[in-house]
This record gives sequence, structure tokens and C-alpha cells, in this order.
Amino acid sequence: MANALRSNSVAMPAARKAAGFRLSSRQREWIAGYLFVAPDAIGLLIFVGAPMLLSLSLGFFSVSGFGEYSFVGLANYRRMLGDPLFWQSLKVTVFYVVMLVPALYVCGLGLALLIQADTRFNGFVRTLLFMPQTVSLVVVGLVWQVLLIDKIGLLNRLISALGVGGFSWLGDPRLALIMVVVISVWFLMGFYMLIFLGGLQDIPREYYEAAKIDGAGPVASFYRITLPLLRPTSFFVLLVSTVTAVCGSQTFDLVYIMTRGGPANTTSLAIFYVYQQAFLFNEYGYAAAMASVLVVVLMLITVLLFMLTRGGRFTYD
Amino acid sequence: MTEAARVERPIDLAALRPARIILHLAGLILALMTIAPLFWMVSMSFKGGDEVFGVNLVPEHPTLDNFLYVFTQVNFLRYLWNSFFVAAAVTIIALFFHSMAGYALARLRFPGRDIIFLSMFATFLISQPVIIVPLFILARALHMLDSYTGLIVPSIFNAFGIFLLRQFYLAVPRELEEAAVIDGAGYFRVYWSIILPLSRPILSALAILFFLANWNSFLWPLTITSNQDLWMVQVAIASFRQQYSASWNYIMAASTVVALPTVVMFVIFQRRIIESIKTSGIK
Repeated sequence: MANALRSNSVAMPAARKAAGFRLSSRQREWIAGYLFVAPDAIGLLIFVGAPMLLSLSLGFFSVSGFGEYSFVGLANYRRMLGDPLFWQSLKVTVFYVVMLVPALYVCGLGLALLIQADTRFNGFVRTLLFMPQTVSLVVVGLVWQVLLIDKIGLLNRLISALGVGGFSWLGDPRLALIMVVVISVWFLMGFYMLIFLGGLQDIPREYYEAAKIDGAGPVASFYRITLPLLRPTSFFVLLVSTVTAVCGSQTFDLVYIMTRGGPANTTSLAIFYVYQQAFLFNEYGYAAAMASVLVVVLMLITVLLFMLTRGGRFTYD
Repeated sequence: MTEAARVERPIDLAALRPARIILHLAGLILALMTIAPLFWMVSMSFKGGDEVFGVNLVPEHPTLDNFLYVFTQVNFLRYLWNSFFVAAAVTIIALFFHSMAGYALARLRFPGRDIIFLSMFATFLISQPVIIVPLFILARALHMLDSYTGLIVPSIFNAFGIFLLRQFYLAVPRELEEAAVIDGAGYFRVYWSIILPLSRPILSALAILFFLANWNSFLWPLTITSNQDLWMVQVAIASFRQQYSASWNYIMAASTVVALPTVVMFVIFQRRIIESIKTSGIK
């Protein structure tokens, strides 16, 4: 700190001579700082901040397909309350979150524990487990769609060899959302496995050795050492996976490709219903009103994140 | 289970006990099950229409017709080029902007710096589907619909990259820049000739992640392009699916072509990608 100040004051005379006008080194640092931050700050303001604020106000307007706005007050919100499909989409979203988040947590942590030893073999296994992540959700959706096709799809052929009747995996209202969850877990678990591996690496080995000397078995050391020390990682995983489940673009892509919200709206997630209302029915105002509910939920989660991480510091020290 | 809870040195022959073999086997089986759908995608892309639904992984009569069809009957090269161009442009511009911002937020002292960082961080969780409607209306007002600008510019800005780079620069020793400052170098010179070369490892990891994300992105290109000449490849195969709904061998060939660049990229750079994700969680 003191070092930096000293070196700046050394640099100052040279800069004065060159620039021909007086700027203190502090002012130079200010200007440089603002200029460096400006492109991203302005970009984020326009393409993330403004849409966020806009989404909160757009809901009070009716927007025609040609971009004419008329103020309608709470009409969109009133319509929302009486729209069974909106409530259905919220219900689907809650079901999806409740199934996906714990499944990802268990699979991510389980896989990380299974292959945490840093051997070459495990490196190879990690690579394979992560591979689905590198493929687009469009391709993933198409591949699973063909594997799950009624009667002649690979999965139905394999289980019919076991004597079980063919299922309509994506056509049966009782199965479709579960299949979307399964495929989401398949796609996302490699990522969370890596996050957990990072967390496990930070736990000092000595803790386990000490516990072993004290006679603790593997189950005890998992509950007494691994889980408590993984708390920051767990928090991050639960937060990110919840946000992904509520409004991740991965989720949208998968539903768009595989089920289009069907059958009988059982996979119509809130973000998908918003998209449908906006871009299929040109109901921009109504769609924005519904999205604003999601924005508020996200803002609450962000505030929670801020409080729990004390302003973006993910470490405990 | 006790052995699994420990970190071992590579290749430990003495450790080849039954428990470990079972764990290894379980890991391998899970991994193979995980990539099985991708194997079948490739397999179906080499099968003719009559055997595409066969359970055999290796095609009985392998054929290249599906690929030939995709490249000759559809303007597939154009879509591949669009995706490549947009993903590369976003990646390069984003890395330039984010590293500048990350450096300033980590190293330079100026009034309001912490507020700027916190506001940027506050956008961390905002995903595109949530703001897609106002974003579309904004893009329309800015005349960005059906243009490369519209595909590229809104995808550049994300807090994740800034956040990671700032974390990285916080850990770089100050002495390295101080020497340059003593020599009278301006801040841009310091950034360009000292900070950027130092951050090559993290920049290359982020470059791969950004490129993958943009190559694979679907919702935004779907929303703002109606002109087929501007379709990115993901949009193209999604509509391809509607057009040729029964010809899964064509659709799988197209999917294989689309998935290949990112899978190959991942296999080549896997160590770097995996390390950067492992540490991105909480550090």
C-alpha cells in the first residue's frame, strides 16, 4: 500500500512533463479506473440492468405486436391471478425445483466422493462424466427424444426385453416432468461434481487421519468432517442449482425441444409459459408481468446471497 | 469407503484391493452410462433410415448419406459459420472488457469502486429467460433484430467473467506492476503488457467456457433472428427437427456435426476446463 503510493509519486513528474497539464497521480488512477470499468459497466447497465427494471414496469402496459404501449394498470396482474395456466406453470416450476435440486446435490456429491482420489483413472472418469455439459441442450433434447420415442425408441426396446410394457416417456403426463428432471440431472451433475471436488480438495487430510486415530469410521467422518466443512460449497451448489431450475436457459432449451410444455401442460415451466405468451401470442405486457414475479424471486435470492456471503465473498475467512 | 475418503498419489499398485476395484468399476460404469446417449447419437448418424431404431450400437450398413444430405440439402455450412463467428466475436470482446474491468476493480483505487462491483455482482443470478421479453423489446428499439450486432452485443456482458477475473487479479503480486509504474508506464500500458500476459491461463480457460456457451446458446438467437441467413446452428437444427420430424438419421447426423466441435475442444482442453470449474465455485 505504502509502496504503491511512493512509486506513484515517483511516476508523477514524468507524467506531468509528458502530458503538459497537471493531474495528480490519484486523479490519473481515478480516470484509468473509470475508463477500464466503463465498457462492462455500461453494457451491463443497458443489457441486464435496464431489462430488469423494464420488466418490473412493462407489466403495467399492454404492448401490441407493433410496439404500441398503453397503460393498463394492474390488469395484467389481475389476469395472472385468474389464469389457470399461470398457476399450473408455477406448480410445475416448484415440482421441478423440489425434484432437481436435491437430486443434483446427492448425485454431484456422490460422484465427487466416488472419484475424488486424484488418480489418472479417476481423471478419465471425470472427463466422461462432465462430457454431456459440453453438448448443447438442443442436441441433448433431440438425442433423448429419439431414445425415448414411444414403442421403437431404444429405452423402450431395452426394457421390453425385460418383459416390461412400453412407456410413453414424454407423452404420459405422469412421466414427462420426471423424465425432464432425469435428463437435467444427467446433463448438469458433472458440473456440480467438479464444484464438490474443488470443495473436497480444500479439506485438510489431517482431519481425516486424526478422526481415524480417534476411532471414527467412514460414516462418522463424513458427517462430522466432510459435510460441515463443505458448507460453503453446499451453499453455492444449492443456490446455483435452484436458480438454474427456476430460470436457467438450460431448462428452457430442454423443454422447448422435447415437450413444448406438454403433455397437458405438465412440463410447462414458468419461464417457458412466459416465452409462449410473449413470442407465440404476442402478449408482451402480460408475459413481462409474469416474468416480473420471477425477477422478484431472483432479487430475494440475491439479497439472501449478499447477506450470507457478506457482499460476494464466498469464503469463510 | 475409507479409502475413497482419502486422496491418493497417482498409480498406487499396492492399493488395488477389492474395495477399490469395486469403486473403480462403479465409477467406470456410471461414466459409460453417462456418455452412452452420445454414443448412440453418433451411431444413429451413420445408420440408414431403416435401421436407425435398431438396438445395435455399431451400424450394420454404415453410411455417410445422412451427412451428405445435411450438407447438401440444407445451408448447414452457413449456420456453422454464423455460430463460429458470433461465438468467437463474443468471446474476444468479452475477455477484453472483463479483464479490463476485473483489473480495475481489483487493483485501481477510485471513488465508487465497491458500489460498481456490488452492482455488477447483483446481476450475477439474472439469467436470460427471465429478462427475455424486455431484452427483446430493447433490442427491437435499438434496431438489433436480425443482425449480427444483435446476436453478439447483448451476449458479451456477464458478471461471472468479471467476478472470476477480479478474483484472479486480487491474487497477483503487486510488485510486478509497481516496477512498470516506476518506469513511468501508464495504466493501459501496465494492463496491456504486464497484466494481460500474466492472466493467460485464466483467460484461455474463460475463452473456452465462453466459446462453448455461445456456440451452444439457443434462446437468444431463436428470439431475435427470423432471417434464415442469420440462424445460428442450434436454431437451425431445432427447426430442422420440425421439418424432418420422421428422419431421425438426418437429425442425428446434424446433431453430431454440431456437437463435435465442442466435444473435441473439451477433450483437448479438459484439464484446464476442469481445473477452472473446480476452483470457480467458492474461491
